[in-house]
This record gives sequence, structure tokens and C-alpha cells, in this order.
Amino acid sequence: MAKMFSDETFDQFQGTKTYIASEELKHAVNVAVALARPLLVRGEPGTGKTLLAENLAAALELPLIRWHVKSTTKAKDGLYVYDTVQRLHDSRFGGDVGDIAKYIKLGPLGEALASPTRVVLLIDEIDKADIEFPNDLLLELDAMRFRIDETGKEISAKERPVVVITSNNEKELPDAFLRRCVFHYIQFPDRELMAEIVRVHHPDITDRVLDNALEMFFSLRSTPKLRKKPSTSELIDWICALKKAGVDLSKVGHGIPFLGTLLKTEADVELVGKRAKA
Amino acid sequence: MLIDFLFELRRRKLPVSTHEWMALMEAMALGLHESSLDGFYHLCRTLCVKDIALYDAYDEAFLAYFKDVHTDALQLTKDLQDWLSNPKAMEGLTQEQRDALKSLDLEKLRELFEQRLREQKERHDGGNRWIGTGGTSPFGSGGMNPTGMRVGGGGGRSAMAVADERRFKEYRRDVVLDVRQIDVALRGLRKLGREGAQEELDLDETVDETCRNAGELEIVFRPPRRNRVKVLLLMDVGGSMDPHSELMSRLFTAASRAGRFAKFRSYYFHNCVYNSVYEDALFRKGVTTADLIATSDRDEKLVMVGDALMHPAELLDPGGSMYLSTQTRASGVEWLRRLAHHFRSAAWLNPEPDRYWAGTTIEVIASVLPMYALTLDGLAQAVRYLVRGGEKPKVGDPSRWMKAMAR
Repeated sequence: MAKMFSDETFDQFQGTKTYIASEELKHAVNVAVALARPLLVRGEPGTGKTLLAENLAAALELPLIRWHVKSTTKAKDGLYVYDTVQRLHDSRFGGDVGDIAKYIKLGPLGEALASPTRVVLLIDEIDKADIEFPNDLLLELDAMRFRIDETGKEISAKERPVVVITSNNEKELPDAFLRRCVFHYIQFPDRELMAEIVRVHHPDITDRVLDNALEMFFSLRSTPKLRKKPSTSELIDWICALKKAGVDLSKVGHGIPFLGTLLKTEADVELVGKRAKA
Repeated sequence: MLIDFLFELRRRKLPVSTHEWMALMEAMALGLHESSLDGFYHLCRTLCVKDIALYDAYDEAFLAYFKDVHTDALQLTKDLQDWLSNPKAMEGLTQEQRDALKSLDLEKLRELFEQRLREQKERHDGGNRWIGTGGTSPFGSGGMNPTGMRVGGGGGRSAMAVADERRFKEYRRDVVLDVRQIDVALRGLRKLGREGAQEELDLDETVDETCRNAGELEIVFRPPRRNRVKVLLLMDVGGSMDPHSELMSRLFTAASRAGRFAKFRSYYFHNCVYNSVYEDALFRKGVTTADLIATSDRDEKLVMVGDALMHPAELLDPGGSMYLSTQTRASGVEWLRRLAHHFRSAAWLNPEPDRYWAGTTIEVIASVLPMYALTLDGLAQAVRYLVRGGEKPKVGDPSRWMKAMAR
């Protein structure tokens, strides 16, 4: 494997213009790329887990294939789907149904493995599916090949795709699956990193406004007993709303304008309201 | 040399496999650790530790193993002395602790500090002698920000400093439990079966039936899969349970979420179950325990929650309940036995940390009902036991101390 990458540099991923990554994250990504193992990313919602894959693809200049996992997703769906209903339908109305391959549709994982060039594959929110889901993917992710039972065709990846898997910690992932991954937990950005992130999205923001906004944001996050803490993406939306409305934060006193962009449950809004009055 | 580090990790219950270790070796051969301790810290964590709950244990192991590599003893002593002579650092202490500090003069304090530093072999939290965090020792006492004084690390953001900050402490499995975590743990408590209205398309049957029907479409429906687990929750409230009320309400919120179980009922009791349990926490609407048993299916999962702490007489003596109205001839433990006998699977969740269980009524109750600590780990084990059965957790034998008490 060492040979495979000897002509490439290790530090392939340095973030992009619109995506600021911490040193630790960059390191983890580069390790995963160098070892050609799937990268499993966990972290609070809104810390940019999904965006990482998009920006990794942009940085490596590779196409991105997305697989958004849902509670009903089966591992096989990711490889291919055999459209029996379509075939049945065609047979009723006199179509030619002799060629089964016509009714095989590759799923996102299948597409990534069948691709003639290297791609980035995002498996988003893997923990949404059934507990056994990750185990069903072990062989495919390890060997990077699979077989279509209906036609007997074997598809194997010419170039191992870069796999990014995100998880919200909803379910424990199986050990056998974890063993094969490179793991990174995205920490909530500290104030400095956050300032950098905001600047990327709002380049024209002044230091004073940014300072005020971050002050309010982090003090809001530190409110005890919040059910859902506001995240990075919500901060960026909030600043956007402030800018559009032309609100000057230094003049608004105690209340927080456009609280609805930051807090998403009634209980939280009430809690913060009470504390502001106290 | 690094193989020792692998065993250090495994000794601390980090499930690092050979597979992962080989990957680490491969990565190091590729130079991915950038020939530095910091690089190695991140590389090893990213490849070998796959759970945020284990990060803290990893930090500990890393500190213990690489402690001597980095620490500049002279610099450290200077840092400590600076810290001691800096009154700002004392701000976090309570008045009481500050007074305690005043009783030692600064010179003596420094001497003691250095002496203890020489004696102290490892990091220490809690307690009243060693230098550490969260204790009442005059050195690095509780109330101080644990990151304020980086004992064992240099400046900047070296791996040692990062490890020593132990930022991942709050993620440790054995501490926190919020509604979401309980929710996740309870997801394991399920047994799927098809029941109810037929509202899901059964594709295979449809194809079969259509073929049998000579190609005329024949659509077949089936009921969707639903959780069939029934749960009966009995909760201890009031008295010694008051400190745990927040945790209990979180557990209740998660367990009572709509549609989770096929059947979910909850009742309250105080201290121990006697001849009645109550529908409300104010003990107004009672249901006799005998009725409860009679109207419950045997395959309902009984989950009891309580600290199981009481005076032994309240548990063992007939009519031990402190309320006269609830007195009967059966003792509390006898009622628990009847419950345990009726339900095929039952478990007791205890919010008291399990290190305090020895020598209390907890051991008596644990010998009747399998007892688990109300932590993420404990809850997961309890769920596993309720679904699959298996071995009951081992607890101390109460006869040791009960004999001594009788004497």
C-alpha cells in the first residue's frame, strides 16, 4: 500500500476556502486518505460533518457521490436495486424483459465502486439505519467489490474510493465495523476557530460586530439545561439575518434579536427569556 | 517498545485490536505521525479509539505512558511555584479552603508541595493529600479550573497538554445520561413482530400471487413491523431519591415516549414495594400490588428504579413500611420476591454509584432482582439482560454484614 501513495504527498487536505478545518481534523482526513480506509466522523449536529465530504471532494478535485441513509435503508440498496415491479409491469404490457441487467439500478455505493475514476463517497448519517446496517457493508468496504446476484456480474473498484461516513451517535456502531475505520470526533469549534469560520461566510463583517455576535452566541450556548444548543450553521444564519435587517448588536441591550434562528424549541426560548429578565 | 503502550491501552479497557494496531504500524511506516509525539497522539487516537466515551481513558493512558518523555521537571517546579505565589489562582477556592490554606505559611506550603510532588507517582483526582483536581488537598484543590494548572505538560498545545486537559472527561460512559442517551439505550429493548392493520405492501407475496393469477396484478398487504415489548416501570420517589429526581425524570421522559413500547405503564412507590403501588407521585391513587401482579402479563418487562437504600428493618420486617396504612404481614423483600417470581424478566436500575453498594440493603435487593447502575453502561446491560436473559450481575453477599448486625 505504501507504494500506491508514494508519488502523492500526505497533506492532501488542507480545508478549502469555504471550509475551515481544525488541525486534528485535517490530520485524520489525511490519515484516512493515505491508508485508504473509510473515515468515520462523529460530532454534534451542525459541526459540518456532511460539508466535510463535499469540501474534501472539492479539495481533491474528485466527483462526490452521496448516500443519505434513512431509517428504512438496507445495505443492499446502496449496492444495487433489482426493479422487479418495473419488470413485472413491462411483462404485462408486452415489453422485452429478457435482459435482467436492464432492471438493475446501481445504488450510491455500487456507483462509487463501478466508477472508472477515483471518487469521494459520502455515507451520511449511517446510524439512522438498522443496528445491523454497518455490518452488512463490511465486506464491500473492505474489499471494495461486490457481486450482482441476479446477473452474476462482479464489480470491483479500479481505484479505492475515499469514503467519508458520518454519524450522529444515535446508535452504537458494531465493533467489527469500527475496527476498519479511521475515527474522528469533531469538537465544537472554540471562539478563535469560530471567528475564522464566520469570516469565511461573511467576509465583510467588522471585528466589532463579530465580537458582539460571538459573545452573545457563546453565552447563549453556555446557558445550562438548553435542550438543543445552537450550532455553527445556525450562527451563520443568524449573522446573515442580522446583516439583512441591519441590526446593530451593541445597541440592542439584553434581548437577542431573531432568537428563532438560534433556538428551535419553545422550552429553550422560554428558558433564555426567563434568564434575560432575571 | 510501543507494544507496551498497546497493553497499557488494553489494561485500561480500551478495546484496541491487533487489526487496528497493525494499521497504526503501517501508518507509522508511512510517516503519518510526522515523527512527533503530537502526531503520534492524534494518529493513534484516530486509528485505535473509535468512541468518544473512551477518549478520556486514552488521554489517561497516554499521560501515564509518555509521562517521562516530556516533562521538564525544573520547568514544572517553577510553574508550580509561580502558581503558588500567584494569588489569582486562589480565586476559585471557597472561603473555607482559603482559610485552610492560610493556616500553612507559604514557605512551608512550598516545601510540602515539592515533597509531595516527589512522592506522587501519578495523576490524582479527589482525595485530600495528593496534588490533583477536585479534592481538598491544599494543592490544586477543588474549585480550581482543572485546565488552569497543567501539571505534567509544557506550554502551547503539545499532545501532553492536550491529553492532560482531559477535555473528553464529560463524555465518559459511566457518568452522563441525558434523555437522548437513555433513548438510544432503550432502543435495544425491542422485539419486532407483525401485528395490527395491514398497511404495508408485501412485494414478494404480490409477485407470487400475480404469477399464480396468470399475470393479472394481485396486490398483497401485510401489517408493518412493530415493537412488541411491554414495559412496567416502578419508580421510587421521595426521601433519599430526591437528589436523583432530575435523572429519574429523564429516564421517564425517554421511556414514555409515544409508540416506543406496545404497552407501557408506570407506578410509584416509596422506599420499597409493599402491598400497594401508586399511580401518582403523591401517593393518592393506590393499586394493590396483588392486583398489579394479577393484571400483568408474565412477559411484561418489569423495570424497577430506586436507590434500594433503607433501614434493613424496612425491607426485612413484616410491616416494615413507615406508613401505618400500608402495613401488612408480608415484608418488603417478600413483595419483591413475588414480583420477581411473576415476571419472566425483571431488572432494577440503581442511581447510586455501584461502589457504595456493599454492606447496604442494596445487596439484599440485588439478590432478588438483578441490579444495574443507572449509567449508560448499566442501562445497556440491563436492556441486554431484559431482552436476551443470561447471567445476572454478581453482587456482594448480604449475609456477611447482616450477621454482624444481628449480633
